[in-house]
Amino acid sequence: MQRIGVFVCHCGSNIAATVDVKKVVEVIASEPGVVHAEDYQYMCSEAGQEKIAIAVREKKLTGIVVCSCSPRMHEATFRKAAERAGINPYMVEIANIREHCSWIHKDINEATEKAVILARAAVAKVNLNTPLTPGESRVTKRALVIGGGIAGIQTALDIADAGYKVDIVEKTPSIGGRMSQLDKTFPTLDCSACILTPKMVEAAAHENITIYTYSEVEKVSGFVGDFTVDIRKKARFIDADKCTGCGACQEKCPSKKTPSEFNRGLGTRTAIYTPFAQAIPNVPVIDTEACIKFKTGKCGLCQKICAAGAVDYTQKDEIVTEKYGAIVVATGFDTISLDKYDEYAYNQSPDVITSLELERVMNAAGPTHGHLERLSDGKAPKEIVFIQCVGSRCSDDRGKPYCSKICCMYTAKHAMLIRDKYPDVNVTVFYIDVRTPGKNFDEFYRRAVEQYGVNYVKGQVGKVIPQPNGKLLVQGSDLLDNKQILKEADMVVLATAIEPNKDVRKIATMLTASIDTNNFLTEAHAKLRPVESPTAGIFLSGVVQGPKDIPETVSQAGAAAVKVVGLLAKDKLMTNPCTAKADELLCNGCSSCANVCPYGAISYEDTLVNDHGIRETRRIAIVNSALCQGCGACTVACPSGAMDLQGFSNRQILSEVDAICR
Amino acid sequence: MSHAKNQAERIREISGVNPLKCMKCGKCSATCPAFNEMDIKPHQFVSYVANENIEELVKSDSLWKCLSCFACVERCPRDVKPGKIIDAARQLVVRERGGNYLSADEIPELLDEDTPQQLLVSAYRRYKR
Repeated sequence: MQRIGVFVCHCGSNIAATVDVKKVVEVIASEPGVVHAEDYQYMCSEAGQEKIAIAVREKKLTGIVVCSCSPRMHEATFRKAAERAGINPYMVEIANIREHCSWIHKDINEATEKAVILARAAVAKVNLNTPLTPGESRVTKRALVIGGGIAGIQTALDIADAGYKVDIVEKTPSIGGRMSQLDKTFPTLDCSACILTPKMVEAAAHENITIYTYSEVEKVSGFVGDFTVDIRKKARFIDADKCTGCGACQEKCPSKKTPSEFNRGLGTRTAIYTPFAQAIPNVPVIDTEACIKFKTGKCGLCQKICAAGAVDYTQKDEIVTEKYGAIVVATGFDTISLDKYDEYAYNQSPDVITSLELERVMNAAGPTHGHLERLSDGKAPKEIVFIQCVGSRCSDDRGKPYCSKICCMYTAKHAMLIRDKYPDVNVTVFYIDVRTPGKNFDEFYRRAVEQYGVNYVKGQVGKVIPQPNGKLLVQGSDLLDNKQILKEADMVVLATAIEPNKDVRKIATMLTASIDTNNFLTEAHAKLRPVESPTAGIFLSGVVQGPKDIPETVSQAGAAAVKVVGLLAKDKLMTNPCTAKADELLCNGCSSCANVCPYGAISYEDTLVNDHGIRETRRIAIVNSALCQGCGACTVACPSGAMDLQGFSNRQILSEVDAICR
Repeated sequence: MSHAKNQAERIREISGVNPLKCMKCGKCSATCPAFNEMDIKPHQFVSYVANENIEELVKSDSLWKCLSCFACVERCPRDVKPGKIIDAARQLVVRERGGNYLSADEIPELLDEDTPQQLLVSAYRRYKR
């Protein structure tokens, strides 16, 4: 029989206001095995942990139950406290009487009854706990960054500068991401390319960084410190070692009508292309769906004119397999589809554009060479209307429930830049709220109003109606004047909501990283661990975690890099000892467990077994404890009950159930 | 419960609208084809119910100017549906006149020039299933 101490935490009033903690102590003290029970205001505090140490010493405790918050919060804290007091850390159990009890109940009697039941279950489990010892696993001193935008580039640079090898995998033909599509950046209005391209060059030249562009992560296995990743390098049909980046192939390519992804479909590109002039690497790819050679077998012009002989139509996709200690997800964002927003006439009129499209229109390298003009007729606009919150802050199924965070600021930027360069153009911004929390942000917005005369109207636009004369009739609210405004505009710009990149759900599944209903990856702790996924070894950088602007993204990218470096700096990691184990007398080698194991941790060995005096060789399941993550799938699949999870054995779980049902 | 509170509660019940979901964007008023005819504007319907100012609301001409086109209901980004509020306010007025519920068979003989057309349109919308 164990000698168990039960410690009931008040958590200030978080628990004590809804659970009668004294009553819990009183009832639990008479449970079998319990030799000590007390309550305290904050068990996680130094004084609280000291109470555990004293009780261990004085009452010779062999097991501990802490009735407190979720084990995700403080299980590690109390395990360490137990270890310091001389008890095996796996002899500690947490009864979660906060999240599972006080926070979700109102009635003190009901909550107290449930707290007692949860405590009783934990005591029943500790009675069957056995001391466990963690093993060790190695750390591969190399990191993978998925996504080559500003978030991924910054994370990679910071990891590489700390002396570790890092690989960037980027889906498109060049690194640079969304930031490379921007013209100017708020609140300082420096040119996006001028601050981004040096970083791209630095990443490409860094001896510790390997960049895989036009590549995608295809398969991930392993665990923290020891991931194995398959990267698919899509065929570029260009030999990157031979290509000089002269661009002659792109000039001569006769297939010129594919919408340019980089210009958001506003211009066209050739079938053999680099997305933009400063692309890194400066090596084109061939789009086989547009290429005449691939479609008809004729043409081959690019190969004929390539002086370096770099064009190779026979190139195949290549799979690179590499090991990593840590993986950073930096897959960024896209704007949402506006197909469901007919009222803004985005699909009806080329003069209704998104803000990201306006970035391309304003950019000297864009489809209009930086001239502000209507895309329908090339005429200079005189009246421009900006509409805020298009698809953001929507609780219906058309948009997103969150604030996209960057739109207020980039709209102020656009409005200001237009008024500066074209003072004869009137700019009206329809807004719901102007949100400018950030250093020098509100000052920036006020400058747009006070210095540049941008007309801000409080109210949303109801509809945009294309007129026969080519103008756009904008019908909106002016809530401060309690009026409905009808305004003829030449151009309408929609501050379209942003959403995580479409591929992120697939990547999260490969990484077993949790993801929320909006497809943002979940943090390990919203406040205290914002750059880590709850899955060990997976880190978050940039908009994949939530909407953010460039300064915030760069800060977070650095934070993620520090966490990665902290992991890679270790030589060994402690492994979870709560792994599966087969009872060799019960195992019949049926393979059911190996078939369900998501980690490939189970193999079979012919083993000499002594079954009550009968010695024979049997096929027995062997669990690789370094690979086993303790999910327990095998224990459920095993038909003979041979598989058991250490620390969560069938007996332990059933005794908990018994205690709850008692 | 005070009369005003009770009335506001009835409008919430009939309309199924929670006025607290409104983020005051004004898209309803921006989209309304009858805006200029109304004394109380569509976005105000919501705040009148939130503030339990039903006495004023039911006196408003807007009840009978609303076309029941439901553009505001379609386009409201917060699922607040001001059109349903005005619909509910109309019902409140009609019920208080002692009219209460009508069966579909009774409607044709009640048709006369004084019956606001909007009332029939919204009644048919409501009971079209």
